[in-house]
Amino acid sequence: MILQLLKRDLRNLGPGGRGGGSTLPILFFLAVAILVPFAIGPDRAMLARTGGGVIWIAALLASLLPLERLVDRDVEKGFFDQFSVRGISEEVVMAVRLLAHWLSFAPLLLVACLPAAALLDLDRSQLLIVLLGLVAGTPGLAAVGLMIAALTSGLRGNAALTGVLALPLSLPVMIFGAGSLARNDFSGIAIAGAVSLVLCALAPFLSAAALRTARNG
Amino acid sequence: MHGFANPRRFLKLARWLTPLLLASGTVMAAIALYVGLTRVPPDRLMGETVRILFIHVPTAWLGMGGWMAIAGASLAFLVWRHPLAALAARAAAVPGAVFTAICLATGSIWGRPTWGTWWVWDGRLTSMLILLFLYFGYIALSDASAREGVSPKIPALFGLLGAINIPIINRSVVWWNSLHQPPSITMGNSAIDAAYLGPLMLSVAGFSLLFAGVVLARMRALLADAQAEARLRRMASEAA
Repeated sequence: MILQLLKRDLRNLGPGGRGGGSTLPILFFLAVAILVPFAIGPDRAMLARTGGGVIWIAALLASLLPLERLVDRDVEKGFFDQFSVRGISEEVVMAVRLLAHWLSFAPLLLVACLPAAALLDLDRSQLLIVLLGLVAGTPGLAAVGLMIAALTSGLRGNAALTGVLALPLSLPVMIFGAGSLARNDFSGIAIAGAVSLVLCALAPFLSAAALRTARNG
Repeated sequence: MHGFANPRRFLKLARWLTPLLLASGTVMAAIALYVGLTRVPPDRLMGETVRILFIHVPTAWLGMGGWMAIAGASLAFLVWRHPLAALAARAAAVPGAVFTAICLATGSIWGRPTWGTWWVWDGRLTSMLILLFLYFGYIALSDASAREGVSPKIPALFGLLGAINIPIINRSVVWWNSLHQPPSITMGNSAIDAAYLGPLMLSVAGFSLLFAGVVLARMRALLADAQAEARLRRMASEAA
């Protein structure tokens, strides 16, 4: 059952899924990375110095885009209610949704980092830190996204609200994940991973509680 | 506590407690600020700027305390379904945000002469800024929930989630090597001079009473809002 659920979620959230799935956020990520040289000028040394942080900001912004579709449609269609009626707890469904959300987003994002790094003139060691940081940090971003998406699922026109709620919660992940760039070492990445794990542990329970509230009041 | 689930009983208490808290808080804060701004000797190193302490510390404490109140009330609401707890959490958000903003502003003004900069991106300042944005998010979420008739459990869950930030703020000056000084008021032996400690404690107490008074006043306003709306709806249905 869990595998089937995961397959369905991946089909919906992955590339080519409902509303373009994760394709559009990845294109948005690349667009932000391309915008930066226009905004701060194409000076290679400057780009190489700021590039890692730019990739992080682009990743953070891109991670907000799929949130509107993450649970809203399934709440409207009564998808979660069906599981609840069958006696399958929301926690399980949301844990699977978290995994699917991460799988549909993070691997593509890491691949998209390669052209972005080339455009921003990142050297090999910086690229490695960015990639490892994103591997450690994206589960946390996915967890925050899922929690906020579930919390705002009952509110109409929630796109701006989602951003205001998700960004401060995502900041610790980014501070540690991107903080390693300035020092050129891996010290912050372990902490970013730890923050991610805590958020991932919370996410299924908090989002399940939010879904139950949306149903029962 | 469940006796106060009846808003009438709560209002009876709040009606005289609110002005009492506001008045005593104002008096205590005024005395503390008068002593702190005029009577206390200037600091050996920081000179006269040290007097910002008497506003900065209470607002910092209440900025964090405000979120702890939100988290505590949210937990009480989620666990015991106490209707006033949701109201209290919602009422504490705006004063908490204001105190956090004052704390950041006074800290910035204090940082200019003593550190030579308005702002540094270190653990304490950054985590306090994140707290301010969490307040903004909480206020937006609880307003939207109230407007659209969504259960107050939704902002309550966010209040609990945001509480993760509080221990990070509290420990930030210990964990990271920061421009901000480590805590100097500790259990047992404080590194702060007694001449400062007295007015500082009075100031913290005064501002805390003010905070409690504002929260009670806002709770009364929210209750009155709900009553007025219910009355309008009843009149509309009777007219129809």
